Amino acid sequence: MAELLAVRGLRVDFATDRGPAQVLDGINLDIATGEVVGLVGESGCGKTTLARAILGILPEGAARIRGGEVRFRGTDLLREDPAAVNERVRGRAITFIPQDPFTSFSPLFPIGTQIMDLMKWKSPRARNGRRPLSIFGRYPRTRYRTDREAVLETLRAVQIAEPARALRRLPHEFSGGQRQRFMIAMALLPQPDLIIADEPTTALDVTIQAQILRLLRELVKERGVSVLFTTHDLGTAHEICDRVVVMYAGQEMEAAPTDAFFGRPAHPYTRRLLASVPGPDGEIRDIPGEVPSLVTPPSGCRFHPRCDYATAECRDQRPALRALASSHGVRCHHPVDAPAGADA
Amino acid sequence: MSTPAAPLLELVDLARHFPVRNAFGRRVGWLRAVDGVSLAVRSGETLGLVGESGCGKSTLGKTVMGIYTPTAGDIRFAGREIGRLPRRARRTVAKDLQYVYQDPGASLDPRWKIVHSLHEPLKIHTTLSRAERDREVRAILAAVGLPDAHLDLYPHELSGGQQRRVGLARILTLRPRLVILDEPTSGLDVSVQASVLKLFRNLQDAFALTYVFISHDLSVVRAMCAGIAVMYLGKIVEFGPTAGVFAGPRHPYTQSLLAAVPRIGGRRVTQDFALVGEPPNPRDVPSGCRFRTRCPLAQARCAAEEPPLRPLDGRTVACHFA
Repeated sequence: MAELLAVRGLRVDFATDRGPAQVLDGINLDIATGEVVGLVGESGCGKTTLARAILGILPEGAARIRGGEVRFRGTDLLREDPAAVNERVRGRAITFIPQDPFTSFSPLFPIGTQIMDLMKWKSPRARNGRRPLSIFGRYPRTRYRTDREAVLETLRAVQIAEPARALRRLPHEFSGGQRQRFMIAMALLPQPDLIIADEPTTALDVTIQAQILRLLRELVKERGVSVLFTTHDLGTAHEICDRVVVMYAGQEMEAAPTDAFFGRPAHPYTRRLLASVPGPDGEIRDIPGEVPSLVTPPSGCRFHPRCDYATAECRDQRPALRALASSHGVRCHHPVDAPAGADA
Repeated sequence: MSTPAAPLLELVDLARHFPVRNAFGRRVGWLRAVDGVSLAVRSGETLGLVGESGCGKSTLGKTVMGIYTPTAGDIRFAGREIGRLPRRARRTVAKDLQYVYQDPGASLDPRWKIVHSLHEPLKIHTTLSRAERDREVRAILAAVGLPDAHLDLYPHELSGGQQRRVGLARILTLRPRLVILDEPTSGLDVSVQASVLKLFRNLQDAFALTYVFISHDLSVVRAMCAGIAVMYLGKIVEFGPTAGVFAGPRHPYTQSLLAAVPRIGGRRVTQDFALVGEPPNPRDVPSGCRFRTRCPLAQARCAAEEPPLRPLDGRTVACHFA
């Protein structure tokens, strides 16, 4: 499969009262065209920061990119002219589905106004030439009409009943699941190559979650769009992803196709994380210790203070990426080579 | 864990309705959040209460706690009706019942030292001397796995996980008999969730607690609860032992709810998940069976007749066709 996005050695620091926190520490990530990649890990592991770094919307002032590259279709977004990225990539070639469907719409304007606002700038038919549209600039009428048709069609695709009427209604008239359908429609409308979905189903009930996941997977597969799906719910990742990458404290630990990730996890952290999901046996296994501070992170492999297999080597040296099988990579000095369930 | 004793908590046709008012304050209808719920929890057991948002799980918990007064029905706690007690008498029961919100750490006063927060419930509800209170507080703090040194800290000096433990300690100082846990692990990472669940289990053994575990996470309920009650729009649709319900759910709603849980390994549930639509507005519930608008088995009879809970397979199910 063709490479769409390649993040290489990305380092991001956040300024804190106690010094810089190394939130991303040399992260690598690959997404091929048409692939759904899951980014899993616990809160604070840097999932959202990575997603935001790719979109180029890290909080200004607090975050500082210290190195690495974000290569999208061959160009490094970090070194590209920001105006060009804004015009051609952000919201166009890469779109975003936020976590919280309740606060992502303005409560004051009808859904339709908010979607057409997006289309004014980010419609695939918008040609932002030398003189881009100004905020006061008129939305060209012919394009408005074609864009509106596209909006109605996409709303039908995400199964919104009576889309024309829905556009006139206010966000509070819709449930969380329906609002998330609008969000998916808005992410699809600019005809992007990559959608970044940041925990899009966390706020929803399981039955609604199942509906939304199914819809999202069908739509992106049908259109050949790639998705980076961040989640802390391993079950959700299993549902929707072709490949899963697990992060811990700002480092990627393991990347594997979904079946291998859940069937033959090799990193001790991955195995611990999978084991902590309550299973049918009623046994509950936690991971001893706490997530480390990113201001003073552990040396070497950041998981070593909590790892059963840790040796002096793990403390001193960050493990290199090791390929176990095709597209199954693990960053560990002592990867576990056994099917899941053999030990924990 | 279960003992074949009389139930510690028994609900009989419990209902809690809220008036729906228009802009002029006139009542235009009723929101029947809890509408005729009968349940029983035996001492030392954990009962899971599951359902989608808006199904009335939290209202049920709060009505049992006395935060809401019941509109109809009985709440029997240790053999005594407590739902309609006069205020003063109700207060004597209050210390036996405790309610744990999603983040118990957030209920600590940021300007009080931990020691102050832990002493407060004992001051209000007991006549213990200062030294006796102190002994009690230290014992409880040890039980939740925190050192004595933490007594002199303020909440902000503790990590989120430690605050959560202090919040639980505060609930336990009164030695309650029934603890209602309202979504205690939602929003937590699996590894943190695992340690919180472990703590709940240890405390249950150490303090002989009975839990009502309100959650929408079915895998957690399966791991924690002996019994499970599935709620839909204010009604219980299926109630029985957890293992049996998970092995063979009988109510179509329970079946779809279980089918929706993402599983690790095996088939993707999204490939053959069938339930369509969303729960109807609880202000305007469907006639007859409330689930019929989304039910794959629904027939004319479901609209006409409300199915009663009937015994089936060692549990109770409210469905004409189960």
